[in-house]
Amino acid sequence: MIDPITLSVIEAGLQQVCDEMDLTFSRAAFSPVIAEANDRSDGIYDAADGSLIAQGAGGLPVFVGTMQASTRTLIAMIAKGEAAAPKPGDIYIVNDPYLGGTHLMDVRFAKPFYRGGKIFCWLSNTGHWPDTGGAVPGGFSASATSVEQEGLRLPPVRLFKEGTLDAEIYAIICSNIRVASQRIGDVKAQAAALMVGEERLSALMDRYGDDTVAGAIAELRRRAARQMESFIAEIPEGRHEATAWVDSDGVVNEPLAIRLAVTRQGEGLRFDFTGSSAPCTGPMNSVRATTLSSVYLAMRHIFPEVPISAGAFEPLEVTGIEGTFLDAHYPRPVSGCAAEVSQRIAEAVFAALAPALPKRVTAAPAGTSGNFALGGHDPETGRDFVMYQLSGGGYGGAASGDGISNGCSTIGISKAPPVEIMEQQFPVLYHHYRLREGSGGAGEHRGGFGLDYMVELRRGEARASFVMDHGRFGPQGALGGSDGAVNEVTVWQNGTPITPEHLSKAQDIPLKPGDRVEVRTPGGGGYGNPARRDPEAVAHDLAMGYYSEAELRALFPGQ
Amino acid sequence: MAEGQLIGVDVGGTFTDLILTDPQSGAVRLAKVPTTPENQAHGVLAALTAAGADLPATALIVHGTTTTTNAVLERKLAKTGLITTQGFRDILELGRRTRPQAYGMTGSFTPVIPRNLRLEVPERMDATGHPLIPLDEAAVEAAGRQLLDEGCVSVVVHFLHAYANPAHERRAAEILARFWPNAHITTGHSLLSESREFERGVTAAVNASVQPLLERYLARLTGELAQGGYRGEVLVMNGNGGMVSALTVSREAAKTVMSGPASGVMAAAYTGRRAGLANLITYDMGGTSTDVALIRGAEPPVSNEIEIEYAMPIHVPMVDVRTVGAGGGSIARVTAAGLLAVGPESAGAQPGPICYGRGGTEPTISDANLLLGRLDPAKFTASATPLAAVEAAFAEKLGKPLDLSALDAAEAVIRLANIRMAGAIRMVSVSLGADPRDFTLFAFGGAGPLHATALARELGIPRVLIPARPGITNALGCTVADLRHDFVHTLNTPLDTLDMARLSETLEEQATEGERLIRAEPVALRALRRLHSVDMQYRGQTHLLRVPLDGPEITREALLARFEEVYYNRFRIRLPGAAAAVVNANTSVIGTRAALDLSTLIDPAQRRATLAEAQTGTRRVRFAGAWHQTPVYWRDHLPADAALTGPAILEQMDTTTVIEPGDRAGTDADGNILITLGGAA
Repeated sequence: MIDPITLSVIEAGLQQVCDEMDLTFSRAAFSPVIAEANDRSDGIYDAADGSLIAQGAGGLPVFVGTMQASTRTLIAMIAKGEAAAPKPGDIYIVNDPYLGGTHLMDVRFAKPFYRGGKIFCWLSNTGHWPDTGGAVPGGFSASATSVEQEGLRLPPVRLFKEGTLDAEIYAIICSNIRVASQRIGDVKAQAAALMVGEERLSALMDRYGDDTVAGAIAELRRRAARQMESFIAEIPEGRHEATAWVDSDGVVNEPLAIRLAVTRQGEGLRFDFTGSSAPCTGPMNSVRATTLSSVYLAMRHIFPEVPISAGAFEPLEVTGIEGTFLDAHYPRPVSGCAAEVSQRIAEAVFAALAPALPKRVTAAPAGTSGNFALGGHDPETGRDFVMYQLSGGGYGGAASGDGISNGCSTIGISKAPPVEIMEQQFPVLYHHYRLREGSGGAGEHRGGFGLDYMVELRRGEARASFVMDHGRFGPQGALGGSDGAVNEVTVWQNGTPITPEHLSKAQDIPLKPGDRVEVRTPGGGGYGNPARRDPEAVAHDLAMGYYSEAELRALFPGQ
Repeated sequence: MAEGQLIGVDVGGTFTDLILTDPQSGAVRLAKVPTTPENQAHGVLAALTAAGADLPATALIVHGTTTTTNAVLERKLAKTGLITTQGFRDILELGRRTRPQAYGMTGSFTPVIPRNLRLEVPERMDATGHPLIPLDEAAVEAAGRQLLDEGCVSVVVHFLHAYANPAHERRAAEILARFWPNAHITTGHSLLSESREFERGVTAAVNASVQPLLERYLARLTGELAQGGYRGEVLVMNGNGGMVSALTVSREAAKTVMSGPASGVMAAAYTGRRAGLANLITYDMGGTSTDVALIRGAEPPVSNEIEIEYAMPIHVPMVDVRTVGAGGGSIARVTAAGLLAVGPESAGAQPGPICYGRGGTEPTISDANLLLGRLDPAKFTASATPLAAVEAAFAEKLGKPLDLSALDAAEAVIRLANIRMAGAIRMVSVSLGADPRDFTLFAFGGAGPLHATALARELGIPRVLIPARPGITNALGCTVADLRHDFVHTLNTPLDTLDMARLSETLEEQATEGERLIRAEPVALRALRRLHSVDMQYRGQTHLLRVPLDGPEITREALLARFEEVYYNRFRIRLPGAAAAVVNANTSVIGTRAALDLSTLIDPAQRRATLAEAQTGTRRVRFAGAWHQTPVYWRDHLPADAALTGPAILEQMDTTTVIEPGDRAGTDADGNILITLGGAA
């Protein structure tokens, strides 16, 4: 039995190793997606089954559970001879979504960590590459019907063999992706992070001894499970149900249902998704690892105190996803899983548990990454370009107060690019970039407000694509609060406004100079009965112009 | 300038510290009085009285104030309006699409200027600075008058792409100046001529909304000083570690936010330079916060990208000080997983640790130091809370759930706190591309010297420096700080097409302007230096690396080689063939004042001839699970060439230094304690 102080010390040490890996990866990466948006994660995983030992605190939330799934799958494939046996210095690369991943753009590296000639654990990381080939630059094709259209799919292969980059495999990758010349910087950064992890973990083990560290890891896992169980005990027994809706899959214009029943059974919590929609034709499928990870990240939003550890996930059981779009298999397209479906799964968890944990759970947040891509040709520079505008929305009201406005997606932590930078880099002009008045769901504590921007193409030609959600149904209110406003996309061609058929999803809408796109993102759901809102808060909202007088009268009856 | 007294006075959160030096007699006088938050001038005057300052004989007063810091953090700001580009008034409220923490979907954010005071006018520049929509001058006037009617006393003009072409902002300011009743008109481009509308806008908004407060405060202070017979200049510390005349500092008031921590780092750099130690990690641990900075080559680090709290970026050059912990008031507790945790919750200044006897009930780092004998129990018996109460709290709240004695629990708290702080310091140094083992730990603040040796051991740092007066380091910073002006000019050009002659001209122009500004200040200078650098990246990257230059002239090939070297040292990666770009050209012009002799910080007359004479007693102190009878020395009495081996405790008015068993400590001519860690790290 290890004393609790040594445990705390080793826990801090393992966390430090992961945080240094995160930092190294971000600082050295080329791609702004990693360097600026921190769309990456690094961690330490069990040698036998890939269970999560520790993961960097600054990792993208959606990766909280996928990296153990990926490492676990790799270990199983090695055992069955489906992947090459590891040697010291090897680094595997894999981006196959069905092998414990998300979408193809999230490329995972895994490196065995040796101690005394044996694998003690795995160091793994994930980084979102700006492109992995496929039908559209960036990989988010709203109308793909198979994974082949989404990009290059890599099984686990050793990109580094005994410390040396395999130029042949790398050449295959580079021939299949866009802007390949810049990827070497990212590849080296991703590998460097694992090497820093190796160095720091070795130092930790030298200091405390291999047996002590191994014992501490096992004990920390047990304790994380116990901690999660103690939080689960706050949840009343019984079934807590909710349904969340995805607008459509981008190809077939029908809503997809996520039906969830959360049941507390003793010390554990079961998340049953039986009755959710069948796998879909378009890219709004989720893979098993992403579905599980979405449940985990939602629980961590509710209980931020719980450490990121396999133990914390142990009391959480996910059932009923087989045969639904939450457990898609090859060759279903999946590019929407990490950015959109994951957030809707989290919304289902929030909506189911808000009445059970009213002090902790918020009404639904905007819950879409608001992905607007504009690809075209700029005659002034003579170059093709792809511009991404990801946007935030309102957060849900909570027991503690109103939701914040223009918050980041539930599964991300990144900053949006400034308007000035967008206009420097792309042939566009923003007409406005403002708070979307009236969008926050009414409640005793109202939802935060979405964003409203309008952008014009100045020259050349371009095509606009949208992968968003919540266009059909607004983010759900909780405990009597109203839903937040729905996402709205309007494309102005020759001065004529067009609403995309799928509301929040569309691909390759042609734009000419002077054409415009307006996006109005969702507000957060309201929390509690709007009639109980503090009259001073209502008066303040009016004075700030957050709602019109008519809106206030309609949304906050009796005020 | 007459050889009069020189006074540095720094207002901190709890105390106002003062250091007075008299070049004629060589005397140094110190004062520490409570800060008076409503009007900091009262505390300053009280400190002057306490030190027996002779105002008519005083040549110069340098002042560090938290007036603007507090105003921003507490949002007690002057009523300020914003006039901005049509369609963009919500930029200040929308921010960059973030949330306060990675996990947990709650939190709040209050914009610097409320929405009803943010008005829009028709005008628009594009990204190249070409006007697309002319400025609607009548709308500017109407907006200005509306803001006056609303009671605004300060106004910001912030237009999109004004960094590329400030003509509209300048014109709008001219129009406002015709009827605005005071000089509080801030234009966005004047403080920060860089793209990124949120950061530039917040910086300008903060500037405008603290300007009237700083001006009023300084008018009051200088008035009172004049009444006391002071005829000299008051200089005010800026966050970049330089100082500016009180007459002009309000114009760029945002630069004074975060000036307190900057002074401490300036003092550390100065002290280190004199001690021959150019590379320092400064470690300032007080009651409520722990701040860290990295000094390389005796130059304090300056960054333009500091966020003083969630979504509150102030992008003007400031000494890069990072907060890594909650200080001595950090609360220890046992988590639901049965693990010990220390911080980030803090008992703060009120109620503070249990041992303060102000109603605190949660075990803190300071309480643990007391239980372990590192702090003198005799000092706390006067308070309402006896040692036994502290011990009982440790036994009940930590010992019982962890199955440890109260004392073992206290030791565990210190151990874990040190590991956490060491980890955070490592992250700071790694993020700046430095290995902590190449540094000396410079420990100050009320609690820094208590933890310094343990922390250094954790980080593999071989040596610790405890300055003569750890508790008044910020005030010392005021008296040794330089005059300083920083310039940033955005080029954003690939290196292979960069006009190298233009780069040299830009750097030269920056230096000329800085030298002009510094010569205009009524302060005697010993030397004037310039620091040139460029910020570079490989095309496609977002992070910038600062590449120092020896002078304004450099060839393309030499610059590339220098960048590649800096890049390799930082990331351990070489990227031959990747295209490098120069993003910013930077120059800092630094005017150094007459050197201050630190050797009298500890009065030489106080020194005793032998170590034995400096010893005040012994007490039991716990190290690594065992009690050691530990000699206690009064630091001011240590002989000039003292050498001792730990365990030892050094006490002085403003702090306690712990020297662990086996560590060796010596003193130098400036009264610094230099501790060399014994044994392997």
